[in-house]
Amino acid sequence: MTTAMAPARETDNPLGPLRVPGASGGLIEVFRRRYLLKLLVRKELRVRYQGSVIGLGWSYVQPLVRFAMYYYIIGLIMTHRTPGRALLIFSGLIMVQFASNCLGQGSKAILKNKSLVRKINLPREMFPVSNVAVSLYHMLPMYVILLIGVLINGWHPDGRAVLAIFLGLAIAIVWGLATALVLSATNVFFRDTQNVADVINVVLRWVVPMIYPFGLIMHHAQGHAFLYQVYLLNPLTSAVLLADRAFWIPSMANPAKLAAANMPSHLFERSFLMLLAGLVALGLAQLLFSRLEGRFAEQL
Amino acid sequence: MSDSASIVVDHVVKRFKLSNQKTIKRLSVNAAKGRELSRAFTALDDITFTLNQGDTLGLMGLNGSGKSTLLKLISGVMRPDEGKVLARGRIAGLIEVGAGFHPDLSGRENIYLNGAILGMTKPQIDRKLESIVAFSEMEQFLGNSVRHYSSGMFMRLAFSVAVHTECDIFLIDEVLAVGDQPFKKKCMARIQDLKAEGRTMVFVSHSAKQVVALCERGIVLQKGRMTFDGTARDAVKALGYELDDDDDADEVAAGE
Repeated sequence: MTTAMAPARETDNPLGPLRVPGASGGLIEVFRRRYLLKLLVRKELRVRYQGSVIGLGWSYVQPLVRFAMYYYIIGLIMTHRTPGRALLIFSGLIMVQFASNCLGQGSKAILKNKSLVRKINLPREMFPVSNVAVSLYHMLPMYVILLIGVLINGWHPDGRAVLAIFLGLAIAIVWGLATALVLSATNVFFRDTQNVADVINVVLRWVVPMIYPFGLIMHHAQGHAFLYQVYLLNPLTSAVLLADRAFWIPSMANPAKLAAANMPSHLFERSFLMLLAGLVALGLAQLLFSRLEGRFAEQL
Repeated sequence: MSDSASIVVDHVVKRFKLSNQKTIKRLSVNAAKGRELSRAFTALDDITFTLNQGDTLGLMGLNGSGKSTLLKLISGVMRPDEGKVLARGRIAGLIEVGAGFHPDLSGRENIYLNGAILGMTKPQIDRKLESIVAFSEMEQFLGNSVRHYSSGMFMRLAFSVAVHTECDIFLIDEVLAVGDQPFKKKCMARIQDLKAEGRTMVFVSHSAKQVVALCERGIVLQKGRMTFDGTARDAVKALGYELDDDDDADEVAAGE
């Protein structure tokens, strides 16, 4: 089409160079097409509560029922007296619910959208990412409830508490994204993945300091140094501890004493490392996803 | 590669593994019993051709000859096992139109969602909304949820969005068989417009008339191999199709 007779250079063409079609920029491409992401999230929210009377209200009901079970039933069994146990549970519950959504919904993200994945070329990361975004959206009402709860209890956050809010959220998001990417991609090849995710989901809420304070784990740590470290290596433990540090502890009468008894040493150093590790995990998850993505269309 | 190349397909091979092992249990049971775990099947075997900007190619062949697979490789939905596929500019087309539609959303919402799925930005869709709606002739139903559309109405809307995407390469996969005659004519006219504007086109169809009406070049695939590459008219002959054989497309082709 060009009149130049000189040896053709790829850049001469106004349409740019020849490219491998479908080569996607991964998560970066998802960010670039955030308008689509927004529409997908909106669709998901609309569709999930389509035809239900209380609509988005359902996203309050489930966590509140869970909360009630943990508070009243487990409260009967627990001999350990914890001040402000309701706030402790609810701070952790927000993170656990989010993680649980990332595992459960995230693993099905590609499968659920197979008609699109098979036929139309778009960054497939879009689906796990939109799932994580929907889970994030569902955190909002819970934060509102929690905020009311802590304000009633005289919440006086220090600088570290504010840092803990955002650090905990960042850890949850980064690890949630990595998890959703890995599970959604593997689930295309092995449907066992979503069952594994469900099993992890059942276990997960018991191995983080949500129903009980972290002090309980510290108390039993003697002689189990290895298990103690393993417990702390769970990214969700990190996120829950930070939520406790942000909301529960600053709402209690003697925060310093409570923190000493219920927070691990070097909480913030550990958390920053966890965030860093999460970013590495996200990078690896993206690599895995890109490798598997090429075969999605034929596997589905 | 010349500077005007739009699509380069270079010694492309695509194999499919036919397997049903979707769970680890079945995989291990079959492995333990020494059954073959999967069967390889070559869908495309050593396909090579280059299209320049503005070229129109008709891909022909019997069912299962690999036409749609080739189209999926060009669109980037699948990747070749050997060889390479390169393309220049934005790719769009009439492939599985309506795949992104959701029955619970209204017609208008679906236009936006589908437009975004096909790569349009919000301002682009805003700008084209009017002509998309006009093309579909469904102004009065836009607020209704797509669930209540007839399948014909659904296809009209999906089509209207798809033919309004901005692209440099336009792929069409046997979709012109839907809709009533006037709408089909309108689609064909719109595709002719896109062609006249200099877009590269790849058209997969069983309709000899449509292929000849739209395409200069024709390639015939048989069981994954390229058995003919020449003019569209000769491709039809090579395949043994009769030009006046298809009852479906005559009026449409005449409408150009």
